Amino acid sequence: MTAYLITGAKIVGGEVADILLDNGEIVAVGTNLDSPQDTETIDATGLIALPGLVDLHTHLREPGREDAETVLTGTRAAAVGGFTAVFAMANTDPCADTAGVVEQVWRLGRESGYADVFPIGAVTVGRQGTQLAELGAMADSAARVRVFSDDGDCVWDAALMRRALEYVKAFGGVIAQHAQEPRLTKGAQMNEGALSGVLGLTGWPSVAEESIIARDILLNAHVGSKLHICHLSTKGSVEIVRAAKNRGLEVTAEVTPHHLLLTEDLAASYNPVYKVNPPLRTKADVEAVREGLADGTIDIVATDHAPHPVEDKDCEWSAAAFGMTGLETALSVVQHSMIDTGLMTWADLADRMSYRPAAIGQIGDHGRPLEAGTPANLTLVDPAAQRTVVPAESTSLSRNTPFEGMTLPGRVVATFLRGTPTVLDGLAVLEGKAAK
Amino acid sequence: MRHLLSAGDLSRDDAHLILDTAEEMRSLADRPIKKLPALRGRTVVNLFFEDSTRTRISFEAAAKRLSADVINFSAKGSSVSKGESLKDTALTLQAMGADGVVCRHGSSGAPHLLATSGWLNGSVVNAGDGTHEHPTQALLDAFTMRRHLGSLEGRRITIVGDVLHSRVARSNVLLLSTLGADVTVVAPPTLLPVDMTSWPCATSYDLDATLPKSDAVMMLRVQRERMGEAFFPSAREYTRRYGLDVHRMAQLPDEAIVLHPGPMNRGMEISAEVADSTRSVIVEQVTNGVAIRMAVLYLLLSGTNETTNEEPVA
Amino acid sequence: MNPAPTTHESPDSHAAPRTVLDASDISRALTRIAHEILERNRGADPVVLLGIPTRGVGLAARIRDRIAAVEGRSVPTGSLDVTMYRDDIGLKPARALEHTDIPPGGIDGKVVVLVDDVLFSGRTIRAALDAIGDIGRPKAVQLAVLVDRGHRELPIRADYVGKNLPTSLVERVTVHLTEYDEADAVVIADKPARKPGDKSGTPTAGSTAPTGVKA
Repeated sequence: MTAYLITGAKIVGGEVADILLDNGEIVAVGTNLDSPQDTETIDATGLIALPGLVDLHTHLREPGREDAETVLTGTRAAAVGGFTAVFAMANTDPCADTAGVVEQVWRLGRESGYADVFPIGAVTVGRQGTQLAELGAMADSAARVRVFSDDGDCVWDAALMRRALEYVKAFGGVIAQHAQEPRLTKGAQMNEGALSGVLGLTGWPSVAEESIIARDILLNAHVGSKLHICHLSTKGSVEIVRAAKNRGLEVTAEVTPHHLLLTEDLAASYNPVYKVNPPLRTKADVEAVREGLADGTIDIVATDHAPHPVEDKDCEWSAAAFGMTGLETALSVVQHSMIDTGLMTWADLADRMSYRPAAIGQIGDHGRPLEAGTPANLTLVDPAAQRTVVPAESTSLSRNTPFEGMTLPGRVVATFLRGTPTVLDGLAVLEGKAAK
Repeated sequence: MRHLLSAGDLSRDDAHLILDTAEEMRSLADRPIKKLPALRGRTVVNLFFEDSTRTRISFEAAAKRLSADVINFSAKGSSVSKGESLKDTALTLQAMGADGVVCRHGSSGAPHLLATSGWLNGSVVNAGDGTHEHPTQALLDAFTMRRHLGSLEGRRITIVGDVLHSRVARSNVLLLSTLGADVTVVAPPTLLPVDMTSWPCATSYDLDATLPKSDAVMMLRVQRERMGEAFFPSAREYTRRYGLDVHRMAQLPDEAIVLHPGPMNRGMEISAEVADSTRSVIVEQVTNGVAIRMAVLYLLLSGTNETTNEEPVA
Repeated sequence: MNPAPTTHESPDSHAAPRTVLDASDISRALTRIAHEILERNRGADPVVLLGIPTRGVGLAARIRDRIAAVEGRSVPTGSLDVTMYRDDIGLKPARALEHTDIPPGGIDGKVVVLVDDVLFSGRTIRAALDAIGDIGRPKAVQLAVLVDRGHRELPIRADYVGKNLPTSLVERVTVHLTEYDEADAVVIADKPARKPGDKSGTPTAGSTAPTGVKA
């Protein structure tokens, strides 16, 4: 295995130093390091070294929608975005509601070599919201599932949600809730407000998210389990989670990059690339989730990377699929909306996009500080770079990025997974699959 | 003006031009030959993804009176029902050389997409999209009101009913306010959008308080199915609170008129006596619809595309 | 809306504007035309005057008044918009329609006298003849113009002419009437700087630039 010496990188939260990678680990961090023969040197002057990013919310689409994304292409996009680990959402076809399906996804991830894949199990059978899936079997499987979610649909039945929270206590699982009261969002197309009324698009009111979050926080307080809120998107949700945390209640929450940057006004174009669930909200909501992420109310950024084939977006708004790609742009969007605005530091970013998501997902090899003796999962970022988002350049199979044409800061120069480069010079390493 | 997608896109001058042109078009009805050569050699496609015989035949009559070739393309019995996408349908129309596409679609924004996607070059006329807009209906309503009331500047116009789901209401509020009218929408709170701060109109929940201050009142169709979604308790209660019957009509000022975009639910939002009364201009609205659509098609399609692109008509 | 004066312009001339007919010239010409119409048709009985907007309508009204002064009664007078019958309708931006007003008695069996301000290529009159055909079947159609400036492109000629005015294609002829303008006058000028949307460079491309079309 080739050793790598990364020279002159700014270690996030620390000093400028060299990093020596060998045998899948960070061997040393410092200056004037002794490196073995045949060590490849990477000049990282001006770059920031971050722990490999961890995405708690990715849709890899395989099995079932390999026309939109596969585990291979999705993890490749993840690596290009600086990620070394992704959690694969359960809404595949077949649904990841049994040990067999989660093990299949887990195995495909191991074969891809671009990023570690941790399957998320469905909470209910077929994500139908009526009967608990075999959560224990998934937890005990080779995939070692700890995060469960019906994402795409809400576990709306309060009794079922209570039981799910209770049941996963046996193996320390966490229920990641897609907070959307279904009766309040029937046929919903965009954020409910002044604009939805004008555009004639059925509204998705904030209260449909907030009421479920409030309910679930109280349910979780009652049973003492682990609750995680997916893609929190409204000012009210931030206030509810903040109040809960202030009272000492257990809850974690995520926000997506697109909810940190984009607003509902984009829907006025009727371009379905801006159709997403939960919908883009208002400027006030964007400000609130930024503030929440900065002060720790919102624990992490998760992409909700939702690839769709062209035909599912090249159509009228109401017929289009919900979702946006996000793995390759997440870091840039967070830098743009949180760091360049002075709301967060790079150390905060490492916390929100690596340490904390790894902790919530309970994966030990990721989300560790860049220190000798830890797995060599890291990414090098050029914070001074500027790039314009061109969908055709995406390494994902899909092109539905809402950031097309935007110029964003920051560029991932290299990513290492257990000491093996998955990205060099900003490009996915071709032998990624073979490198394993 | 290249397309007509939203009544909100029309300036006051644009709107007056269309209304004035429609006046000339309407006089055609009195002539022995009810046909003009203006769109000879042009092809107008009526692209209807939703059933609406009334609107389709109105556009069809308008296009034919201007000597255009008319192709009716309706979702039923066509490839659309077999799952063909809007894009492929548009590409087909482009290949056939459609100069104008009159689009009716159940999805809000579909005509907007047709106009901006680059799939076709023709002018797009929104003939009703989802719960968004129906600009030619608003134009014919304004035209009808103008014929009875004169200038709409300062006129008090009341729109009653299911504003939340009504494309007619949206287009009328935008157009009538552009024309200087004072518009009030009246509905139960459940049938109004939750936030109407950006709407250029007043809102009220009380029809009886509004009628005496109305120069024209427009009753919107209310679908009984809304009852099932708890928008109102029962048809009877809706009629009692928001239906227009002869007793309510008596509160209107002497010269006030009653409009309805059709099709009517007699006995629901409007009583038969009101619909058939002398104040009712509902049949006239249908006649005026053809003149308005002639005016719109003439102004959009009679000139060269390139030039109309650069500068609005007149 | 007060329409711009009708212009019949040509490119690349630099002569100073000059008035070729003043108010009294116009008045005399119209009086003569009124008499000629009565003479030719043996009285006012069969005559219907149809002015072509914009200035043809004003001229038709003046001729009607002169006929009334002679005959002691008014002849039916209206206006005929030919916009939708023009042969260049698809070649230019869409134009606002002018008002068409057919007198109550209609035109069947009548002698329709079309009235226009300037006769140039003849294309406007051809359009007017088509428009008349869709309205009824007159016994005859005659043409009265204030100015005939030549350069015909169609086999059309006027029955009543106020003034034959030999012009160069690079000149423009403008008719001013007090109904629309400050004073009565017919002016010849060189072509001014081209305005956007104004393509009346040659008689073929809209010799009689339509009135009321904003540039």
